[in-house]
Amino acid sequence: MLKRIFVYPYILWMFLFIAAPLLIVLWFAITDTGADGQTVFTFYHVARFFRPAFAGEPFFQRLYIVVLTRSIWIAVLTTMVCFVLGYPLAYALAKFFGHRSILLFLFLVPLWMNFLLRTYAWMTILEQNGVLNALLSLVGLPTIDILFTDTAVVLGMVYNFLPFMVFPIYSVLKDMDNSVIEAAQDLGANRVQVFFRVVLPMSVPGIISGLTMVFMPSVTSFIIPNLLGGGQFILVGNLIEQQFMRVGDWHFGSAMSAILIALILLMMGFIKLIDRQPRNKDGPAEGVLY
Amino acid sequence: MNHFIDLVGVTKTFGRKTVLSNINLYIDRNEFVTLLGPSGCGKTTTLRIIGGFEKPTAGALLFNGEDAISLPPNKRKVNTVFQKYALFPNMNVFDNIAFGLRLKKTDAKTIAEKVDAMLALVNLAGFQKRTIQSLSGGQQQRVAIARAVVNDPEVLLLDEPLGALDLKLRLEMQVELKNIQKELGITFVYVTHDQGEALSMSDTVVVMDAGQIQQIGKPEDIYNEPKNAFVAKFIGESNILEGIMHSDYHVEFAQVGFACIDKGFGPGEAVDVVVRPEDVAITPLEEGTLRGKVRHITFKGVHYEMRVEANGFAWKVHNTVQFPVGTEVGLSIAPHLIHVMKKSGEPGC
Ligand SMILES: Nc1ncnc2c1ncn2[C@@H]1O[C@H](COP(=O)(O)OP(=O)(O)O)[C@@H](O)[C@H]1O
Ligand SMILES: [Mg+2]
Repeated sequence: MLKRIFVYPYILWMFLFIAAPLLIVLWFAITDTGADGQTVFTFYHVARFFRPAFAGEPFFQRLYIVVLTRSIWIAVLTTMVCFVLGYPLAYALAKFFGHRSILLFLFLVPLWMNFLLRTYAWMTILEQNGVLNALLSLVGLPTIDILFTDTAVVLGMVYNFLPFMVFPIYSVLKDMDNSVIEAAQDLGANRVQVFFRVVLPMSVPGIISGLTMVFMPSVTSFIIPNLLGGGQFILVGNLIEQQFMRVGDWHFGSAMSAILIALILLMMGFIKLIDRQPRNKDGPAEGVLY
Repeated sequence: MNHFIDLVGVTKTFGRKTVLSNINLYIDRNEFVTLLGPSGCGKTTTLRIIGGFEKPTAGALLFNGEDAISLPPNKRKVNTVFQKYALFPNMNVFDNIAFGLRLKKTDAKTIAEKVDAMLALVNLAGFQKRTIQSLSGGQQQRVAIARAVVNDPEVLLLDEPLGALDLKLRLEMQVELKNIQKELGITFVYVTHDQGEALSMSDTVVVMDAGQIQQIGKPEDIYNEPKNAFVAKFIGESNILEGIMHSDYHVEFAQVGFACIDKGFGPGEAVDVVVRPEDVAITPLEEGTLRGKVRHITFKGVHYEMRVEANGFAWKVHNTVQFPVGTEVGLSIAPHLIHVMKKSGEPGC
């Protein structure tokens, strides 16, 4: 079959840019350079991440663990805020703009701007003599100093990653069969009931991909905490970056990356478990809907 | 007396397009009414107006004499079986059927009983836990009916519910639906473009074309006394000819004068004449009002369908006796089997 030939470049691409880097990271994570310059297998760097600084240090007070839990917490917070803001936004976009979405286009424009530029823009907004405080004092409110705090980091992440929440939900909502909604109304459901009993459950696949697509970049991000956190606000992404770019310890950097990847995979598996619905358990007929 | 459902002068336009114009129709309790017409003639729109999913542009909709237009769909004692079933894909069969009852805060035990009884009624006992995706078209269809009927609606709206099924299943379901309607004493408003289905199931047939009602009547009357050429053509097969009414009881078509039982037309008025193929009698050549030659013959099971060319018209003739191609035959038509109707500019849809 000729068609298969066209798949090979894609497979090659996937291998070169996804599988191979992962394997390299894994390789560095479980090896070290011995005294004689030889490569040896060891879990030393993986274990380093969990090791106490002094005997008897409580687990959750160990430096790397603290950074990791903080990263997860910030990512969870970002994901939740994105969901709370993103779902209504996606809903409004799907409902009022459907397929001819000018608003969606407006929503896309900031995405074309460089990620760094957008984040720098936030710095000028949030800084002590920035746009935000100028506005606040203009209306007679006390100024606030939130740049280089966790609030600023979450704000920056929400701003940058919100589209990843909105798009998957939007596309599920936009393609939702309107007759199913009418059926619910027909059976006596009011607007609120239609939403909670039909629309929301049916948008779960979009919600799941939205959650994952926001959580993953949030938990690994290092640029946003660098800029908006002022470098004082260290997340696990910053730790990894430091190991590679400043310390030059590729083995420890890779070990941390591997731990983070494992953690993300674990969480995704957990989400999948929650989402597990009894589809097509005892029948053939996938696609024989009508 | 107030009618159960009353559509008075209902008109519906979408933008500049008039989809329904001046629909007047009343429906009585326990009646099985069928809206019949070609695709795009406005059947679904009519049904959606009754269900509350569209508002008429003009005209009134009354339930028991009271305005219903302002009632949202969830406040109407009407349930709908949608054209493509519209089952909830994320729920199993039980939850689909229980949906309406749960909204009414029915207790769990009653719900279980009612759902089970409903599944038995539609011949799906034991299907409670099945997913929607694992059901065949016919089974989904029956779940959709059960989901609507379990709420004890006063009116059930059905939009081409059997459209997606194969012929055998469709015939079975026709009988099943009719039984359900009789058993539960619910008013059915049924939409179809299949004339056979309409004639065999309904108490009243409403023939529609191009957003207008062409004729309302009992199936027999619609078939035997079509009001215009459109109805005649749409319901069953027919020979439709242009004719001239010379005087009461005398009509000329195919260049021959015929006796008929119609009167009240102006002298010399141009009319449409409809003759059903089974009403054209084949006679010995000399006895026929018309003389022609058999051009074509097809066996149709019970009868033969022939094309007989006579006086420049290819007559559709049904007969249980076959006359081979080339046979010269006489044709005659009894006066009461000639349907003379006012000319209607053939409305196309
Ligand atoms: N929401 C709508 N907007 C515009 N045109 C519509 C809409 N709904 C139906 N129509 C048009 O109205 C006409 C009648 O449609 P419909 O009632 O669905 O016909 P039927 O059910 O008899 O096939 C069609 O020409 C259809 O295109
Ligand atoms: Mg229709």
